[in-house]
Amino acid sequence: MIKSADVVVIGGGSIGCATAYNLARLGFKNVVVLEKGYICRGSTGRCAAGIRQQWGTEMNCLISRYSIRHFEVMNESLEYDGDVEFRQNGYLMVSYSQKEAAMLKENLKLHEKLGIPVRFLSVDDVKEIVPVINTERIVASTICMEDGQANPFKVTDAYYRAAGRLGVKFYTYTEVTGFKKEGEKITAVVTDKGEIATSAVVNATGPYAKFISAMLGHDLPVEPERHQIVVTEPLDPFLRPLVMNFFHNSYCQQVLNGSVLAGYGNPDEPKGINYDCSWQFIKELAAKIVDQFPVMKEVNIVRQWSGHYGISPDGQPVLGTVPGVEGYYLALGCGKGFMLSPMIGELIAQCVAGQDTTLPIGILNVRRFKKGELIVEPAVV
Amino acid sequence: MSDKTIICRCEDLTVEEIREWISKGYHGLEEIKRASRIGMGACQGRTCRRHLIAELARANQKKPADIGLSTFRPPTKPLKFGAFTGVDQDD
Repeated sequence: MIKSADVVVIGGGSIGCATAYNLARLGFKNVVVLEKGYICRGSTGRCAAGIRQQWGTEMNCLISRYSIRHFEVMNESLEYDGDVEFRQNGYLMVSYSQKEAAMLKENLKLHEKLGIPVRFLSVDDVKEIVPVINTERIVASTICMEDGQANPFKVTDAYYRAAGRLGVKFYTYTEVTGFKKEGEKITAVVTDKGEIATSAVVNATGPYAKFISAMLGHDLPVEPERHQIVVTEPLDPFLRPLVMNFFHNSYCQQVLNGSVLAGYGNPDEPKGINYDCSWQFIKELAAKIVDQFPVMKEVNIVRQWSGHYGISPDGQPVLGTVPGVEGYYLALGCGKGFMLSPMIGELIAQCVAGQDTTLPIGILNVRRFKKGELIVEPAVV
Repeated sequence: MSDKTIICRCEDLTVEEIREWISKGYHGLEEIKRASRIGMGACQGRTCRRHLIAELARANQKKPADIGLSTFRPPTKPLKFGAFTGVDQDD
């Protein structure tokens, strides 16, 4: 194993690989990524593959808008020998209550201000776009046709390969077990395969982030929340936009091979890492999905799995430096890491390089939780 | 097996295509599954898994037993959404 590095990135998911790629592009010669499993083992590889701009806070909207610009040209910009399968099939946000409808209206004002092309739909419009949807209880809905999906495995692979070509070294099946510090300064990362001297560490471990922070004596209020998903047999195209339902707290979309992905997380479950599959989930999910799309009753589920969101107190990412630990950077999308990864990778690399960041990430610094400066994201599912 | 033999019937992948993925650097079971979709279809690897393991063992000069397995997940066989609605039994 290498003895020293300019920057050590922990986590081989989409954010870790995108950050490493951007660091190498900015001229860092000796960047290392540590991954305790294989590339894409964690939350990226388990997510529902959705990419949306329809958020309720300015920073979530902006980071996702910039990320979509990256997704649009990703095959070319990363010179990928394949297709990251980015498709702008849209995101349809559905509400069954006046309260959720009011939130969608409030969010729409923000989208208009930021130039994100979101529009309100009548029930007839919804039926036209998704003929199989049950419109009975729909009170309001919005759509953004720039939103969509990409293949998380392929996106991460594209960054991994592009970073590798720029000299980034990846150590898979390598687990971080601790750190060495001099005063407040990080001096080395300790792993189960050896030690790497470094003065800069990026934590891109998603739901595991608080465990890494704890090794540095930092208390990070980002909690792992289990979500479960099922995938169906492949079907002919019938469901174009991803449908996000606030009443059911669920998401459902058809991906490129024809399979439908559908899932949700139970916010009342105890927080923690849990990769088990529950019977309760599949029973409740079936009710949620069949209510929304009666035709799904006859569709076969082929697999169920689980993954995690990293839940921050305000539903926004946690980015940048950490007070009290010099050389430590957080790169956490907090429940939307995959869709924000292209831009988070760019912003964190700029931050580590000491450059001005394209977007003002200072407001997403972890110190906001201590100071109580929370801007709460309302549109989390 | 000829190079054109289909080893993953759900995803329509031949031995030749799997060898190509391996030569591109996808050496592990988990990696090659995510890159090629082998074993991700309706049968969830029931047919292809052992053939894939044999190919990976050959390429990595390991014993098949040392290649490992991917996680087995429910349902054991494909089940319709409708099979789960109207059920009132909990965990």
